[in-house]
Amino acid sequence: MTEDNFNTMRKMLVVPFLLFALAATAGAQSGSPLLLNAAGATFPYPIYSKWFDVYHTAHPNIQINYQSIGSGGGIRQLLAGTVDFGASDGPMSDDQLAQAKFKILHFPTVLGAVVPTYNIAGVTGELNFTQKALSGIYLGTITKWNDPEIANANKGLKLPGDDIVVVHRSDGSGTSYIFTDFLSKASADWKSKVGTGTSVNWPVGLGGKGNEGVSGLVKQTPNAIGYIELIYAVQNNISYGKVQNVDGKFVKADLAGVTAAAASMKDMPEDFRVSITNAPGAKSYPISSFTWLLIPAQISDAAKRDAIKDFLKWMLADGQKFNEGLSYAQLPKTVIGKESKAISLIQ
Amino acid sequence: MDRAAPRRFDGRGPRAFLHRLRHGDQVAHVLTLTFAAGILLLTSMLVYELWVNSHLSRAKFGWLFFWTSTWDPIFDNFGAAPFIYGTLVTSVVSLVLAVPLGLAAAIFLSELAPRRMSDTISFLIDLLAAVPSVIYGLLGIFIVVPLMRTTVGPILIGSLGHVPVLGKFFKGPNYGVGFLTAGVVLAIMVVPFIISVSREVLLTVPREQREAALALGATRWEATWKVVVPWARTGILGSVFLALARALGETMAVTMVIGNDPKIAASLFAPGYTIAAVIANEFTEATGDLYLSALIELGLVLFLMTFILNGLARLLIVATERGGGRPS
Repeated sequence: MTEDNFNTMRKMLVVPFLLFALAATAGAQSGSPLLLNAAGATFPYPIYSKWFDVYHTAHPNIQINYQSIGSGGGIRQLLAGTVDFGASDGPMSDDQLAQAKFKILHFPTVLGAVVPTYNIAGVTGELNFTQKALSGIYLGTITKWNDPEIANANKGLKLPGDDIVVVHRSDGSGTSYIFTDFLSKASADWKSKVGTGTSVNWPVGLGGKGNEGVSGLVKQTPNAIGYIELIYAVQNNISYGKVQNVDGKFVKADLAGVTAAAASMKDMPEDFRVSITNAPGAKSYPISSFTWLLIPAQISDAAKRDAIKDFLKWMLADGQKFNEGLSYAQLPKTVIGKESKAISLIQ
Repeated sequence: MDRAAPRRFDGRGPRAFLHRLRHGDQVAHVLTLTFAAGILLLTSMLVYELWVNSHLSRAKFGWLFFWTSTWDPIFDNFGAAPFIYGTLVTSVVSLVLAVPLGLAAAIFLSELAPRRMSDTISFLIDLLAAVPSVIYGLLGIFIVVPLMRTTVGPILIGSLGHVPVLGKFFKGPNYGVGFLTAGVVLAIMVVPFIISVSREVLLTVPREQREAALALGATRWEATWKVVVPWARTGILGSVFLALARALGETMAVTMVIGNDPKIAASLFAPGYTIAAVIANEFTEATGDLYLSALIELGLVLFLMTFILNGLARLLIVATERGGGRPS
């Protein structure tokens, strides 16, 4: 080793060491930041990590550490008291709330939507899906692409008589929750036989892991249909079909349509535990949902309580501006107003 | 090893103890015993945790858990049969494909190939064994699945599909994903284990064994197949069971190509599901207590299967050691 090399080596070792020492003293001077732990849903993780990061930059004394372990995990950790707050794509059930040793509040943060994607040889146009068509396909009662229920809604397109290959999520997910919630409202059969949940007993179909698994299977398999998150479809330029809403209109999902669906909910319950699939209104996209932060109503640590309340206020005002950049729909004004009042319930 | 020497200091009292400690043997004995006991402790804690946390599911379903095939988290009805079936079928398919391939490759590398070539190839095989399983999953999605759907599947269904009994295993519809695809991907994953371990074992067969066979007038192949391979049989079986263990527990690569549909179907082209895959898929979002408990019981079932198969492996090794095998 030459002298020169040796010197560079030494610098390489010394510089990080100095930086580390500097950081350590700086940390000691300002006092360590207040650390809040949270865990839960993976669907809103990109926007949450953006929010927590921006919020931390603005408030260096508060740091929020979010683990995207899944909604189920988030609820379990919250119930066990290992995190300060949780996050979930589906609202907690009455049973789960009854199990909790403390009162839990739901705060909607952003909106997401689920879109149908398909791969039919020779069909490039946008398909229209009636509610009966989607529920029939996923129940296994509609098995051919040229079934009248599909064909009548797509007069201009020539649909093949091939078997439909149904694809659904194999992993438990908020996406499946929203989609099955929609199917439960679209079809009484679905509601009684299958139900709504992050994982269900699918009557037919192949399972793909994650949005990428579902869209990959659909892309590869001729005559396949699947459902994926709107964000995933937009970011990866995957084409998707229109879905009929309650007013009978075929709506192509976009962020405005999702916000419209949320705004059309006239009777928002006090605890925000509401499903907005099949919301009324001509512009409303029917397969969309809130995702929630789950926050204990009583927080004994005053510093943590103030930090959480302040973050919620920030999230409703400034935080919402980041949504569209990451393809999340904004909360409607009415919901923001109502939530702002609900923050005072945290004590 | 001669253990007589330390025994001379078997007196009582701290002095004697210190004296014994000065002998490395005693320290090594205690240390290794601790670590060995640690393994035992770890295994029993694992079983204990699985047993305790699956209590709800065991109480509700009992033995039916093994036989029923509905998996419904919404109506809290859980049966493990399709998952057990899928785990067994994919593992068996992978071994059927991987064992002949791996053994033949190992024989070539140890007996026939020039030493330098053998070492180079073995190095590459060891690399293959270290590739993360998600990479094999991607290989499956992008290469095996399309190949299975467009080429291999139609050929097998067209030819073997009409054979009376065998035909049942090769029936459409063929989506590209399913038991056979998962088995093929698993086979690709486990073959490096079989080759690597079998080659090492074959190389340890004493030179005299080969020479004796050749001296008796055996051809090179006869010497290999009738003398060298039987001598190394225990080790080769060991490599197969190592491969089986990996196939049983493989999660990521399998879930990417098996179709994730909990159904029992005779056709190898049908989509299925395995125990490891369903646990990985559903555990994070599982909310109900019974649901969680059923998933944990699936873990217990997988442990049990591994335990039974390992037991069978021991028996097989004992059975084959009689006659033809290496003298002990």
